[in-house]
Amino acid sequence: MIRIGAMLLCVGTGLLAGCSGGDWNNPYPGRDAQANAVYSAFGERPKHLDPARSYSANEVEFTGQIYEPPLQYHFLKRPYELIPLTAESVPKPRYFDAAGRALPDSAPSAAIAESVYEIRIRPGIRYQPHPAFAQDDSGRYRYHAMRAADVAGKGQIADFEYTGTRELVAADYVYQIKRLAHPALSSPIFGLMSEHIVGLRELGAALEKATRAQPGRPLDLNAFQLAGAEVVDDHTYRIRIKGKYPQFLYWLAMPFFAPIPWEAEVFYSQPGMAEHNFTLDWQPVGTGPFYLAENDPNRRMVLKKNPNFHGETYPTEGDAADRAAGLLADAGKPLPLVDEAVFSLEKETIPYWSKFLQGYYDSSGISSDSFDQAVQFSADGDPQLTDAMRDKGIRLITSVQTSLWYVGFNMLDPVIGGLAPERQKLRQAISIALDYEEFISIFLNGRGIPAQGPIPPGIFGHVEGVAGLNPYVYRAEGQRIVRRPIGDAKKLLAEAGYPNGRHARTGEPLVLYFDTMASGPDAKSRLDWIKKQLGKLNVQLVVRGTDYNRFQDKIRKGNAQLFEWGWNADYPDPENFFFLLYGPHKKVGSGGENAANYDNPEFNRLFERMKDMDNGPERQAIIEQMLTIVRRDAPWVFAYYPKSFGLRHDWVKNVKPNLMANNTLKYRRVDPVLRADKRAEWNRPVLWPIALGGLALVALVTPAFVAWRRHERKAA
Amino acid sequence: MFAYLLRRILYAIPILIGVNLLTFTLFFVVNTPDDMARLQLGAKHVTPEAIERWKVEHGYDKPLLLNREMQGSAQFTDTIFFKHSAAMFAFEFGKGDDGRDIGNEIATRMGPSLAIALPVFVIGLLVNVSFALLMVFFRATYLDLWGVVLCVVLMSISGLFYIIAGQYFIAKLWNLLPISGFADGIDAFKFVLLPVLVGVVSGIGSGARWYRTIFLEEIGKDYVRTARAKGLSEVRVLFRHVLKNGLIPILTGAVVVLPLLFMGSLITESFFGIPGLGSYTIDAIQAQDFSVVRAMVFLGAVLYIIGLILTDLSYAWADPRVRLQ
Repeated sequence: MIRIGAMLLCVGTGLLAGCSGGDWNNPYPGRDAQANAVYSAFGERPKHLDPARSYSANEVEFTGQIYEPPLQYHFLKRPYELIPLTAESVPKPRYFDAAGRALPDSAPSAAIAESVYEIRIRPGIRYQPHPAFAQDDSGRYRYHAMRAADVAGKGQIADFEYTGTRELVAADYVYQIKRLAHPALSSPIFGLMSEHIVGLRELGAALEKATRAQPGRPLDLNAFQLAGAEVVDDHTYRIRIKGKYPQFLYWLAMPFFAPIPWEAEVFYSQPGMAEHNFTLDWQPVGTGPFYLAENDPNRRMVLKKNPNFHGETYPTEGDAADRAAGLLADAGKPLPLVDEAVFSLEKETIPYWSKFLQGYYDSSGISSDSFDQAVQFSADGDPQLTDAMRDKGIRLITSVQTSLWYVGFNMLDPVIGGLAPERQKLRQAISIALDYEEFISIFLNGRGIPAQGPIPPGIFGHVEGVAGLNPYVYRAEGQRIVRRPIGDAKKLLAEAGYPNGRHARTGEPLVLYFDTMASGPDAKSRLDWIKKQLGKLNVQLVVRGTDYNRFQDKIRKGNAQLFEWGWNADYPDPENFFFLLYGPHKKVGSGGENAANYDNPEFNRLFERMKDMDNGPERQAIIEQMLTIVRRDAPWVFAYYPKSFGLRHDWVKNVKPNLMANNTLKYRRVDPVLRADKRAEWNRPVLWPIALGGLALVALVTPAFVAWRRHERKAA
Repeated sequence: MFAYLLRRILYAIPILIGVNLLTFTLFFVVNTPDDMARLQLGAKHVTPEAIERWKVEHGYDKPLLLNREMQGSAQFTDTIFFKHSAAMFAFEFGKGDDGRDIGNEIATRMGPSLAIALPVFVIGLLVNVSFALLMVFFRATYLDLWGVVLCVVLMSISGLFYIIAGQYFIAKLWNLLPISGFADGIDAFKFVLLPVLVGVVSGIGSGARWYRTIFLEEIGKDYVRTARAKGLSEVRVLFRHVLKNGLIPILTGAVVVLPLLFMGSLITESFFGIPGLGSYTIDAIQAQDFSVVRAMVFLGAVLYIIGLILTDLSYAWADPRVRLQ
């Protein structure tokens, strides 16, 4: 027994003595530690990688790197600026009246029947290597006449022996626009785009009819005409838009308008392909800087540098701050700057955070659990990294998101809704009472800015400082914006007919209902906070918790009274926020995005003027009129613009938050040698617990063994 | 034996139809096809036409259980229930709402689930039985008392705590193993060690106590006294006689879960990033993907029935007095 214990001790000591620098906890076995790669994670596996369908952030994170629409956002310039990607230039629309006569650029919106965008793409752009393009010596496609048996045993695109490529042509863009109308794809923007692109709705109906006539058979989209999208020549195509819709240019920077080669559709529609997950929804084919080399959304997705990429270079223009931050150090260098990007599925925040600290992920967000570990606030309220983070060389990047959270009032509600002055005052009183400065401090760790209106910073129309304050909720004290005192809210409440929270005539307490999807302990504290805020006015709040489906149903039918909602910008234009308050877009009746069912004719009239205007003083003046109306009517409590806090390691370069662009991976640079060194330094295995565990086991087993021997001897 | 098996298999058919119907009813009480469409199409720019198109495309545009517009058997067959359920009896699960083939997913994910669940089951069983026999050996002593106390402590701690503590100490603080992830082949070994260790340790408390109770009941029986009277050592008595006779209740608990090991563990897989069937099920529930949920419930029911049949067979193997007729 003593011999066994001594042996274990020796093993433990030996292990301790042999403690080396090997990283036992490396989650990337077999990968070159010094590879020029980005290591990242995804929390939820993407549902769609087809550019006609993918919309959510976790999908566009991939499609944005693989597919190339004609336009993109400049990586460094602010305010956000559209620049060409595959296009030769940003197209300028030509306007026509109902008789087809050309109109000048200054023509009023009402006179414009059609806008025509002619887009010329640069020649010489080629697709990634892909078996869909592979041809034999006689020019026949190798993989366009396959049987199900030919696909058996293939799990990845790399399992196909031959690949090919071809030049990008204008017809590929037109083909994709037609795909938006395909009934089998259920493109999320089909409804919206069919209101704008000439003939798209009709194409959708024709495709639906054809699908019904031939169920289960793939449609040849080239056989269907779309009046609003036509090929002019090999490198030019034309899109016709109903009326004037200047925001259409922003859509041309999204993957929805990226090219799809017909060969890919033919390749993936063959028998046996879908059963092996070989679909355009899971195996993209693009011209972008990366291609999807490994596609296992249950574990890992790997993007690799596209060998056929067309030689885009790092931007050479940026402001002084960009230069000071080293963001122009790579100016003019060919993109992409990394060879691959490894995305691992990481559903839980704790392992994600730990791996980031171990150096196995290059960057990380900050969850509430780890916020105090990462960030502290200085005396003047500025967020700073903690010493532990600074010692590791971690950098903090903050940015205000182009998003808004608000508490909506159902304007159809008999108690809280309507445009009568007393109702306005009731909503204004509630807006004052809900102290979002406190909310941001308690629940968001300071990661938010109290909102003064519907337009977040970074979007044209937003006014910074006291000039942009909401006078119904805030007031200026010098250059500071201060929430109005609760006394003002009580006064407004009394004027609204509820002195001290009770109905002036009946004396009954004012009871309001708050619908929310939030649940769980975290949500309870937030909901209690909201109750407490209204309690300051002696107004009772009843929280009606519900699931996502029932909540949506209530909003759709106008059965909610107060509710929480948010919006994330599709593009950097005030139209994309004001349309949420546009009367004809009401949820009830029209199924639009106006969840509060706000409908003010004056606001609607101004919106219709503003939406088609170019940015400038005239547009700003109209926006300010709209802001005045909407702040007075208060259909929303403008809660806050969220701020994102991100962390990155020292070896990650060229990181500048760009909330509009989704193709920024190509600009990213890493220092793989520094990363490998840090990983080795931070992940030396600690071996004494193994020895200690062995000793503990011996200590546990020894008394049992001794007792057993004694028992056996006694029995004998 | 064959007749018995055939009868059990035939019994399984109405059970599976019932399970299917129950899953279907529960799912559609909470989620309508419109809700599913909205969730799949996203929160922005969703029009009523888009919802209708999605429903048609995914076969959710028909009545749930009874189609009054049809005649004869089509009243039952031209419904969402029949269209989405009948093929499952041929183990054709169709596609999830994300367009991926469910059968393919199940086949791919079964391996990682088993890589965790099987070692946890086997090692856990060995450790628990050994620990229980050790406590029985030292019954009515301080070692037994502290063993029971240890079991109670271990079983009082939440399973989540074991995971977080394991990840914190072993992976984060001591850098001995990866905190999460998975790899194929031999590389899988270092990824499964930690979840297996956590799974085994978290199961010791309840498992060892349960087996201890079984063995204590056996140890007072006449055949044990006879064995001792014959002069057998206590170790031989425990391992050769008590363990064998205590097998029936052990088999009841163990064999029935054996096929269910394929289904994986919901929490463990999620925390350790194991791409198994447990995390697949959780994801499908969160995404309201009925096709995957019903496939997984169906598969679970089939495996459970197989587990029960295997349990019956194991009784006959463990106890010659049991006859399957």
